[in-house]
Amino acid sequence: MQGRVHSIETFGTVDGPGTRLVVFLQGCPMRCAYCHNPDTWDLAGGEVVSVSRVLERFERNRPYYRAGGITVSGGEPLVQTDFVSELFRTAHEAPYGRIHTCLDTSGALFERERCSALLDHTDLVLLDIKHANPQAYDWLCEWSATDAWACADELARRGIPMVVRHVVVPGITDDPEELASLGKLMAKWPNVVGLELLAYHTMGRHKYDDLGIAYRLDGTPALDKARLPELRHIVLARHELFKP
Amino acid sequence: MQQAWEGFVPGSWQHEIDVRDFIQRNYTPYDGDESFLSDPTPATVALWYKVLELFDQERENGGVIDMDTKVVSTITSHAAGYIDRDLEKIVGLQTDKPLKRALMVDGGIRMAVAACKSHGYEVDPEIVDFYTNRRKTHNAGVFDVYTPEMRACRHSHIITGLPDAYGRGRIIGDYRRVALYGVDRLIAQKEAEKDGTQKHMTELVIRHREELAEQARALRELKRLGEIYGFDIGRPAATFQEAVQWLYLGYLAAVKEQNGAAMSIGRNSTFLDIYAERDLARGILDERDAQEIIDHLVMKLRMIKFARTPEYNELFSGDPQWVTESIGGMGVDGRSMVTKTSFRYLHTLETMGTSPEPNLTVLWSKRLPKAFKQYCARISIYSSSIQYENDDLMRVYHGDDYAIACCVSSMRIGKEMQFFGARANLAKCLLYALNGGRDEKTGEQIGPRHQPVSGAVLDYDDVMQKYEDMMMWLAGVYVNALNIIHYMHDKYCYERLQMALHDEHVKRWFATGIAGLSVVADSLSAIQYAKVKVVVRDETGLITDFIVEGDYPKYGNDDDRVDQIAHYVVERFMKYVRETDTYRNAVPTTSILTITSNVVYGRATGATPDGRSAGVPFAPGANPMHQRDTHGAVASLASVAKLPFKDAQDGISNTFSIVPDALGKDVQIYFENEIPCATCAPNEPAYNEDFGA
Repeated sequence: MQGRVHSIETFGTVDGPGTRLVVFLQGCPMRCAYCHNPDTWDLAGGEVVSVSRVLERFERNRPYYRAGGITVSGGEPLVQTDFVSELFRTAHEAPYGRIHTCLDTSGALFERERCSALLDHTDLVLLDIKHANPQAYDWLCEWSATDAWACADELARRGIPMVVRHVVVPGITDDPEELASLGKLMAKWPNVVGLELLAYHTMGRHKYDDLGIAYRLDGTPALDKARLPELRHIVLARHELFKP
Repeated sequence: MQQAWEGFVPGSWQHEIDVRDFIQRNYTPYDGDESFLSDPTPATVALWYKVLELFDQERENGGVIDMDTKVVSTITSHAAGYIDRDLEKIVGLQTDKPLKRALMVDGGIRMAVAACKSHGYEVDPEIVDFYTNRRKTHNAGVFDVYTPEMRACRHSHIITGLPDAYGRGRIIGDYRRVALYGVDRLIAQKEAEKDGTQKHMTELVIRHREELAEQARALRELKRLGEIYGFDIGRPAATFQEAVQWLYLGYLAAVKEQNGAAMSIGRNSTFLDIYAERDLARGILDERDAQEIIDHLVMKLRMIKFARTPEYNELFSGDPQWVTESIGGMGVDGRSMVTKTSFRYLHTLETMGTSPEPNLTVLWSKRLPKAFKQYCARISIYSSSIQYENDDLMRVYHGDDYAIACCVSSMRIGKEMQFFGARANLAKCLLYALNGGRDEKTGEQIGPRHQPVSGAVLDYDDVMQKYEDMMMWLAGVYVNALNIIHYMHDKYCYERLQMALHDEHVKRWFATGIAGLSVVADSLSAIQYAKVKVVVRDETGLITDFIVEGDYPKYGNDDDRVDQIAHYVVERFMKYVRETDTYRNAVPTTSILTITSNVVYGRATGATPDGRSAGVPFAPGANPMHQRDTHGAVASLASVAKLPFKDAQDGISNTFSIVPDALGKDVQIYFENEIPCATCAPNEPAYNEDFGA
């Protein structure tokens, strides 16, 4: 089984617990205004890599990953569901011991049947909720929020632990009301084990020029990281209120 | 002696010089955390403030406050010097004033003159005359004997940084012996050794006897240095404070006598901890005192300075002393060698703030106590000033009483020493192979007149064969140049005091070094896996640049295709080094550790077949070339880890920088008690049908 891979980070420490091998897949149907990796959109790009190549990379440095595992990110990993299913299944059945698997997704393209085999072998999901309001979500990502909600529901049904991620963009997703709605939304899913607010930055801006794609957020400043604790508090307060 | 040793567990250390035996029988491993540590005392704060002011003055003055131009430094050349005598618990300066640079000439009078001149000082003409015309120096001796070929290699920078005009350093005296035994006992030992030599006066025996005589003489001077500061260090130290003071005086004597390229101090924290524990138990010392004494020692070590030239500082990127102190590690019996005083040493980075010197080096083992590891991590994050070395790897070769000289060179303290040998530029050597021994920058014939490569595209097998021939030549010239250097250093700039703090018969390492490894590996990989075309400059056929077409595996991505090339080059070069006889039968090793001089080496090297332009810096040490390791740190480290330590026993260094944000996140993204566990057995799926479709 082969997949299209954008890049591999062998020392991933920010996408799931421990030190992890992070596979960034190529291809994404969403067009999030703040995306800092537009070079991962094109499904035809990247390098064709087999499941066994990825696992070989993991195995040769297994001691580094003792407290971590493998994370698949993107792009949008659900574009290549079969590849990720096969990778995670093989990781769980690895001869030198089960490898912890983590899926970093926005939920785009999620379908319960199609993703069933994948979730059978997924230990943790980092689910990116782009916006708590479906209309705003549509505008921000040029994609419907229904996939993400369906994904979260299925994870909740299966009891797969999930961390909610949310990129905070000044003037777009830093509104207290929106953040409070996010808290309320999260409360619906008992499998949520954490919340990670990510500060919007402009470090990927130059890629748009390189690729000749228009950038929709010109003029929007990066978010001051110092604001994150306060914003997180807003989400969690509402989450607490609505938790069953 | 009986009194000084009261309370210590007896052993063979009492009957022969054996510091390790003393440590093993007496030290107390500490598994706890840092909560026992104490804040700096008012005296420490006041003294450190004064030192910082002196450092500021030094900077404002363009590098030095004062330089001695009249008194040649010896162990006893200067009167006592202080920062603030009433506040200092540990005393002793290199000259009579803080930070005043001493005049050291035995390495080479020209270097001493140049160092003074670069700061606007002039060495007393009588001294210059004496050391130019009457008393030969190491530097003069070397240049009397160098062959034209060696001079050419030096001039073209295919061999660089040779210690032929300055002190070689890299020798660690066992300064602990001064504290444990007192100087009188050490003098008696050296005299007994001299009495015990062979009686047939061959050249070797004559040299040996003369060296032992010099060692004993240096020890007598050390004792006199103690008197200058008001101590009788003829007897063993009786308290913790004395032990630290005695040990420091031993080290001070060494740096008053030698301006070596690295003046490392050894592995002292566990040894000193034995004295601290005894005084704590006796109630004559409390934690504040213990920390204060260590702080004052470390403060002195931060003040060690030498007179050096701008070129020297450029080569080493700054003005480093490499006062390396090795901390921690595991004993061969499985006990951790971490003690409370190991914590106290690292704590100096908090009590007096961060500092590059002394070079605090943690001998890391995966079996070190967890609390110590966590403290190291915390202090590393706070100070960026701790160096780590792999104890699990080095203990196999050196046991549990070795220390690091400079940045990576490991040796058993008091039993092994090394002949420091700078570096051969293997990237330049590759260009010589392509150009038939001609220098790629000047066109001069430096190496042997071998057949240059022909054709427009480089062929791997052809290049490799030529490269091996050229490496063989280079290794030969290099080792022979070092033979001359160390012969002359022993003759004219002998480390009397440091060698007096060694056993009679030492093992000598012959430490060669290589620069440009990642450039070579990538170049050879490009030749094999991509297409490398040559750009010829002139009618003489000199290749000055390359065009690389296509991609190739790059060192630093855990890709065996190129990592094996790096491995092979190290193994080969070392093989050629071993084929040449070494001075005093020293055991050849090599290092891959240009931590700072990679910029200078790169500047002296033309464009290389990996696509690197002329003059671009090499990667430091065994690092992959900048931005060519594109798979993250684990892959990058894995490539480095494949290099054969058995062929690079003097050390492999990897400089690793990472922005704190990339080192992981606060666990606070997870809710309380919900932190995901990647190592726990997975839960059985528990379906929640509220979410049924």
